Amino acid sequence: MLERFVYLDNAAATRLDERVLEAMKPYFFDIYAVATSQFGYSLGIDARDALEQARATIARRLGAKAEEVIFTSGSTESSNMAIKGVALALAEKKGRHIVTTPIEDFPVLHSARSLERQGFAVTYVRVDESGRVDLEHLRQAITPQTALVSIQAANQEIGTTQDLTAVAAICRERGVLLHVDATHSFPRLPLDVHQIGVDLATLSAHTIHGPRGVGALYIRAGTPIRKFMDGGFQEFDLRPGVEDIAGAVGFAKAVELITPEETERLRAMRDRLIGRLLQVPYTRLNGHPEARLPQNANLSFRFVEGESLLLHLDMRGFAVSTGSACFSRSLEASHVILGIGGDHERAHGSVRFTFGRFNQESDVDAVAEAVAEVVSDLRRISPLGKDAEREQLVSEANRRL
Amino acid sequence: MPLPYSEIVMEHFRHPRNVGRIENPDAKAIEGSPACGDMVAVYLKVDEKTHRIEDVKFESYGCASNIATGSIVTELAKGKTIEEAKQITWKEASDALGGLPPIKTHCSVLAVDSLRAAIQNYEERHGLVAEREPTTVEAVTRRLKHVMNPVVGLDLVRTKLVREVSIADGVVRVVIDLPATHQFANNIREEIEEKVGHLWDVQQVVVQFTE
Repeated sequence: MLERFVYLDNAAATRLDERVLEAMKPYFFDIYAVATSQFGYSLGIDARDALEQARATIARRLGAKAEEVIFTSGSTESSNMAIKGVALALAEKKGRHIVTTPIEDFPVLHSARSLERQGFAVTYVRVDESGRVDLEHLRQAITPQTALVSIQAANQEIGTTQDLTAVAAICRERGVLLHVDATHSFPRLPLDVHQIGVDLATLSAHTIHGPRGVGALYIRAGTPIRKFMDGGFQEFDLRPGVEDIAGAVGFAKAVELITPEETERLRAMRDRLIGRLLQVPYTRLNGHPEARLPQNANLSFRFVEGESLLLHLDMRGFAVSTGSACFSRSLEASHVILGIGGDHERAHGSVRFTFGRFNQESDVDAVAEAVAEVVSDLRRISPLGKDAEREQLVSEANRRL
Repeated sequence: MPLPYSEIVMEHFRHPRNVGRIENPDAKAIEGSPACGDMVAVYLKVDEKTHRIEDVKFESYGCASNIATGSIVTELAKGKTIEEAKQITWKEASDALGGLPPIKTHCSVLAVDSLRAAIQNYEERHGLVAEREPTTVEAVTRRLKHVMNPVVGLDLVRTKLVREVSIADGVVRVVIDLPATHQFANNIREEIEEKVGHLWDVQQVVVQFTE
């Protein structure tokens, strides 16, 4: 058994913080009633108060009003609800057109595709090779029939962040609603929805050491949106189902625990890792060098395939993720790397490292060394890059002379 | 920790046998491409009189099952005559590895294909094959038997997903009985294009889905 397992897949899921669990516990064992109206019994009123406090905490972090935040089962539900809910509500009034990017995460991308199958037109706004949205194309893509623009705050794989202020200004100017998937940035990167002009935002607890299966959707007051599921009148009659009080409390606690100091610590680890890994020959950074999530590093190692790399790293005690087709559930290469103009080889050789609260500074050098070794081993057995590698050796030798 | 791979697969993945190149090989072949995420190169040294494989080496760009199959297939082929080695099937390789996950069969078939292609290369070089023949529906169907249905790990033909194959003016049309929105639709399309597209008289491969 390995002494310590270094977990670097915090974009996929994070370890729960004990303090979050402690905050949640009373709502499993003591205040386990449903949230009742103010005329209900006291246990239910206590549950309701906890739910509303949690809502207020999250709303504050967004610069939103408490009643503009509803709890969901996670980002998938939030994004489905935002996109389909608004598109259907505005289909008659505005039109059957939405705008998004080709590099969104699956909840947004597949919601858009689902609308396409129902007769909506979808325009995918161009992104540059770092993954940033082409703002001029966005401006042109919006028509009077556009019901919604959905653009992520930060990319799930390559970590590139968007200029949301500019995106929102264009949407405002063209009179169209803006949905932002902030799953990977909230609340590490500031998002003031009223100041920027965001109409809907997808949030999740699972990326910030909170409980899994808990998310939220910010919906600006007055935004037309169709109720997504049929049921009771919970969550302002927008999201039926018995409220997950413990989950909401845990989410709020997880949000409170994210501090700028911690984010800077992750950023420092990330920068050190990128610096070390770029010393491996034939390696490139995927995503924007500066406009990127503080916890995300994503690099492509040429001539090697990601699943093999991942397995070798796993055997050495490191958990990472890859954009290789072999690793994906659909056997398709990362749509993000392909979407920013990368070829299949770059996607297959891409590895994502995402830091979280429980990583230590020593993890950085440990994983960098392991990656360098594994990449070199795999390149030795690869039919690719042999001649290029020889060239590299010759050029290095020449430089030394 | 439960891994999807057997211990034998992991052993061959960690310590692959017969890795590398043979300088001045008697035959070689590369199957796959960086685009599909899997490539296997096979190099052969063959005794000219007995047609026995004296040495075989491989290189792999691919996932664990790809590397492990390259390793086992070269182990199986070493010392066999080319006629015997031609008969090595994916099933044999998979059995020797203690089984492979269904979703990974497509990556591992490549090593077997590459060995056969290297043998074919040897036969061509030594005048052991007849003239090349025009591609027929049967020939395409034979190739489709090497395209895996990732859901079950059996080939498209055996799982009855091939509804139609037709050839006209160098254009091969294959109709697959799956909706175009299927999870593996794009993957299957790429695999078919790769398996059929390089035949000498095929200009274009059109893969269609039924819904």
